[in-house]
Amino acid sequence: MEKRGNEHASPWTPSERELERRQIRRALTKRKIVIASLSSLIVISLLATVVVTSPGFQVVRQTFFDFHYGQVVIKTVSRGILVNLLLTIVASILIGFIALVLALLRTTKSAALVPFRFLATVYVDIFRGVPLLLVILLVGFGVPALRLTGMTNSVLVLGTIAVVLTYSAYVAEVIRSGILSIHPSQRAAARSLGLSQAQTMRHVVLPQAIRRVIPPLLNDFVSLLKDTGLVSILGVTDAVRAAQIHASRTFNYTPYVVAALLFLIITIPLTRYTDKALHRTYSAQNAQGEA
Amino acid sequence: MSNVLELRNVRKSFGENVVLHDISLAVPEHTATVLIGASGSGKSTLLRCINLLESIDDGAILLDGKEISDPGIDGDAVRRKLTMVFQSFNLFPHKTVLENVTLAPIKVHGKSKEEAMEIATLLLSRFDLLEKADQYPDRLSGGQQQRVAIIRSLAVNPRLLLLDEVTSALDPVLVNEVLSIVRDLKGDGMTMVLATHEMGFATQVADEVCFLESGTILERGPAHEVLARPQHQRTQDFLKRVHEAGRL
Repeated sequence: MEKRGNEHASPWTPSERELERRQIRRALTKRKIVIASLSSLIVISLLATVVVTSPGFQVVRQTFFDFHYGQVVIKTVSRGILVNLLLTIVASILIGFIALVLALLRTTKSAALVPFRFLATVYVDIFRGVPLLLVILLVGFGVPALRLTGMTNSVLVLGTIAVVLTYSAYVAEVIRSGILSIHPSQRAAARSLGLSQAQTMRHVVLPQAIRRVIPPLLNDFVSLLKDTGLVSILGVTDAVRAAQIHASRTFNYTPYVVAALLFLIITIPLTRYTDKALHRTYSAQNAQGEA
Repeated sequence: MSNVLELRNVRKSFGENVVLHDISLAVPEHTATVLIGASGSGKSTLLRCINLLESIDDGAILLDGKEISDPGIDGDAVRRKLTMVFQSFNLFPHKTVLENVTLAPIKVHGKSKEEAMEIATLLLSRFDLLEKADQYPDRLSGGQQQRVAIIRSLAVNPRLLLLDEVTSALDPVLVNEVLSIVRDLKGDGMTMVLATHEMGFATQVADEVCFLESGTILERGPAHEVLARPQHQRTQDFLKRVHEAGRL
């Protein structure tokens, strides 16, 4: 909305009633703060008591939270998380491209593309329905067994392929839901100006659809980063695998905690950003106010 | 005068529901045909059929004497010549006013960016919207949005302009700014088919008024006859109701 300044308004001082209302509001806010702090204090101290007084607490502290051991392993585990990051970045580029093609195929009305639409649907059904861990195992151990010439046996590459296969199906569905969410009147307007089906998709529907699904896509990006840890099962030396190597040597599980913390350092800013993006999208759509 | 548009015994049904019965209509060049009738009488469907957004079930639609209702015809090529303005504006929210107006000239009509900008600037300044050129549609009032939508349709220099209740989503104050554009276009000699509930406006621009009821044209003729001296009982009833609603 445009803001219009009103130069003719008389200077305003709040009425008695308004001042009274403000006082009541302040008192209510104060009460809310007190209640929230009290409740937090009680819950946290209860939890702390339960943990600290539990019979195994000393053992847990030594085997999971050994600070010095943590310092020793952090170097190799961080080197591992770089593998996770690299895998995430390469995979997300491939996923974005494949998912877009799948989503477009699944929404196309072109007769020539009918077989591809069918194949895209089958693809999405399969890879959305099979656990990622299974896909990683099948690709990681199955593809090398085929002994195809020119096919790599690198576990890192095979792991990435498996992750891309699965996430392309997820992301395709997110993009497709965005495409379907654009009101038909937008297509009608574009078509009535003479734009073809493809031009309508390219210039009118897709830009709006993608904008709408950015928050859920960021969500999938965070999941992707975490799920790259699963390729450790093939022997890729990522953060999880690096931690595992340490832990199995010393029977101290601090490396796992270190790996978890390293993941959090990356994912927490991402999830905060996602929340913000989500909020922006909805507050733009609900300009009428939030009740 | 040659007919830009001709409808011959057009029929359209959605399943069991027959929306248009045996509609015949001729729209000569430089004339405006106004469709009136209650909601659900088939006005919008008729316009959507002409624009090939819906396919008809019988009869024929001819544009400049050439049948366009033939299923083998290139719908995109037809729509290049006739554009439609909608009740709900349907501007592209992710594009600025200028981008909305230049999209079709560039992508459909192969104009260069400069040419398209020139056309758009000319039209926007003519209808007093040049200062809004770089704004996004959600920053505009309803009246401004609808004027941009009309300009967007004009930018492709259509042979025929279809207007579907272009003022129905606007408050009474904004209605006028939109109607005045349409009056200007009529003055330019634009060939138009429009559906409207604004009877006073219909009187001003219409060369022919058609009263639709349940998918048939019950009565037709010059505005001063159909609107001032309706012959059919149903037309009289309809106009009385419109009058009571304060729209005459």
